[in-house]
Formats: sequence, structure tokens, C-alpha cells
Amino acid sequence: MSSIYFDNAATTIHKPQCVIDAVVKAMTTLGNSGRSAGTQALDASRVIYEAREKVARLFDVDNPRNVVFTSNATDSLNIAIKGILGKGDHVITTDLEHNSVLRPLYALEKDGVEVSFIRSDRNGNINYEDIEPLIKANTKVIITTHASNVTGNVIDVKRVGEIAHKHNLIYLVDASQTAGAFPISMKEMNIDILAFTGHKSLLAPQGVGGLCVADGIHISAYKHGGSGVQSYLKEHPSEMPTRLEAGTLNSHGIAGLSSAITYINEIGIENIQAKEAGLAERFRVGLKDIDGITIYGDHSSVHAPIVAINLEGMGSAELSDVLMEDYGIATRPGAHCAPRMHEALGTVEQGVVRFSFGYGNTIEEVDVAISALREIAGEA
Amino acid sequence: MREKKPYFVVTYFTTAEAMATERICKAKGIDGKLVSAPRSVSADCGIAWRCAPENKDRTMAALDEAGIEVQGCHDLML
Repeated sequence: MSSIYFDNAATTIHKPQCVIDAVVKAMTTLGNSGRSAGTQALDASRVIYEAREKVARLFDVDNPRNVVFTSNATDSLNIAIKGILGKGDHVITTDLEHNSVLRPLYALEKDGVEVSFIRSDRNGNINYEDIEPLIKANTKVIITTHASNVTGNVIDVKRVGEIAHKHNLIYLVDASQTAGAFPISMKEMNIDILAFTGHKSLLAPQGVGGLCVADGIHISAYKHGGSGVQSYLKEHPSEMPTRLEAGTLNSHGIAGLSSAITYINEIGIENIQAKEAGLAERFRVGLKDIDGITIYGDHSSVHAPIVAINLEGMGSAELSDVLMEDYGIATRPGAHCAPRMHEALGTVEQGVVRFSFGYGNTIEEVDVAISALREIAGEA
Repeated sequence: MREKKPYFVVTYFTTAEAMATERICKAKGIDGKLVSAPRSVSADCGIAWRCAPENKDRTMAALDEAGIEVQGCHDLML
């Protein structure tokens, strides 16, 4: 039985060899960044600074010191959300969000932060006209994902950013599903804070993510600790990026991320995006005429390489298990940590089976999955 | 005992600024190296940029051009 991995929206497993090599080299050579001027510690600082420069170029950030490394997108989003919102503030977000946005906001609601939602329709789309009526005198931030991790629907972040800036609001974007696979310019897209993870389309190891912050945006630190500098201050240093990087950085993972960005740049993000979109579209079209299959989301425009489906009469967990056990195809069933998205889609009871495609997948694998679903649906 | 020499030393608020200095000076061909911040100028355990006194003006011009924030600049015998 073949082994096919279509759970790239959760994490990618086809890591380039150069990334693996970079991590191994880092694990055998790097000291602790910023903790001394010894060769090993300096080498760690050099690797990390070079990675900051690459991330800054990737997302069109002028100053590499505005690139903060974290452990994942959840970490990044918690740092940003809790570092800019306080009692009496109002925030606007969407039904498309992952729990990494929703739960920090629900936690802050208990501390007096007001939260409003831009609602999704049953196709997983928001209406951009709904945003401005939600803005109030105490609104401080708009937070949206770049693409839904359930349907793959893409939000027009440039348009949302224009609205945010028209009203002097901060715009925070969760790029978990797009960083590394979609061109992202913070400046052109009016993004003030970009949260990303390394282990998905950026092809880096798990345990490394980041936050890019535009000039003039202040995020207060909620973690305090070792910094390698200003050690006799009682407060954690206020300068970026140290302000938001208490404790030892994951230089091993960051070395992998750095190598992965070089790999992605060599291939070209547009080429990666086109290949993944082609795989997803081939799969979607291949399923269209199978009786009993429902495809979720709006596939009429630019879309993340995700196809979420259900088969009539079968729970999503059951279908995902049949695909794994009988066909060796890995997918993700259930709620995908996005409860409001499922409420909007009407899939709370059944969940959905998410097929998410990565650069390492092939057309042949897509065709195997289409045949498998045809067989399961009883049409073989 | 090692003979002391004159140096120009720059200290920073963050490691990232020190690393940016090394990148920029290397690109501009300005000799110097990253060292532990001398105790005489900083009780912190940070990294400092150390270069020969004759590179002082070029170094400061490069840092200024790149918008690198410095904590302090010192003429020292080390």
C-alpha cells in the first residue's frame, strides 16, 4: 500500500535535504546566541541574524530587527494579541479564525476586551462591507487569517488593511497557511503585524515561528527573562527584537528556517503556489462528479491548496480512517481547531475531511486519492 | 603580561544590533570584530564591536547610515 501525505496544512513532512543538513550542522556547532563572544555563540547569533534578514526580505520588512523569532504561530499570535490589547479595547476578527486567534481573544474578553466578528457565509467567505460598521471609538485592532485552514478560502488582506489604516487601526494577519506558499508584502498589503509558523509551507522544522512588526507598532512583552544584554536591569530590555524574545532562541530550528527560505527562493514562491494550486484543483475537479461528495469553500478565485470534503452518510473521522487504513492516505478530519468556521459551514456535527497539498506531492498521488474516494463512494 | 592597545568600542542594547554591525562593516570592508563588552564600559554581558581607532569614523558613518542604535561609543585601552 502506498503512503500518501495530504495533511500539509497541519505540517509539511517533505522537508528539503538542505534544511535537514542545516539543522544537523546547527545542532553540532552552534552555541547560545547573544550569550558570549565565543565562536560558537557568535556563530549562533550570525545564523539567527541572517535568518532575520531573509525573513525580512521574504515579507518585505525594512528592518531585520523587527523580525521576532518565536516557537510557532500560536506563540506569535499570543505575543501580538496580548501585547497590544488591554481592558477597554475593542478588536474585530472573523469567523474563519483558528483557535490560536480565538482562544487568546476569548481569554482577553474576561479581562474586559470587546470582540466582534466579521461573519462568514456558508461558502466560507466574508463580506468586506461588514467591516466598517463594526468599527467603534475603542477599536484598536483588526485580526484576520490570510487563508482559512479549513476551506482554503483566501482573505483579501490588502483590502482589509486599507480599511484598517483608513481608521488608524492596527492590522494583524495570521499567515500560518500562506507563508512560504504565497507572495506576501507587508507594505503592499497594509499589514502591521504578520504572524507565521516555520513548519508548514516554509518547510522548516517544528518549533520555530515568528512575528514581523512594522515600524511604529508597539507590542508589550508578556515574557520576561534572559536576554544576554542589559543584565542588571530589573525589566526585560525594551528594544526590538529582544523585547519579545526572552530566553534562548531555537537556533537549530532557525537555521533550518533560514535554509528553507533559500530553497523556496531558488524555486520561486510563484512556482510553489502554482504547483500546489494545480494539485488541489486537479483533485477538486476529479471529485466533482462523484455522487455523495460535498466540497466546501469557494474555489472560484485564488485559493490555498486545501480541499475540504464530506461523503454523504459517513462521519469525517470514519472517512479519514478508511483513507488511512485501506489506502494509506493521510488527511485530517474533524474540527481543525476552527469552531466558528465549522458553524458557518454547517459542519459541526459531521466535521470535514481536509485534503491539503504541499510542494512535495505529485499528480499521481492526487489521482490515487480520487480513485480511492470513487471506490469508497461505491462507484468503482 | 599582554600589552594594551587603543581600540574604538561600540556597545548595544540588543545582540541583533551587534550582528547587524558585523554584517554592515564586513560588507563595507571595515575591519573589526565582535567581542564581549568590556567591563570598564558595561557591566552587562552583551557583545560589543571593537576596531582600531583609525576605523572609528567609518564605523560610525556606516552605523548611522544603517540606522543601527548604539548604547555607547568608547575609546579604550584593552
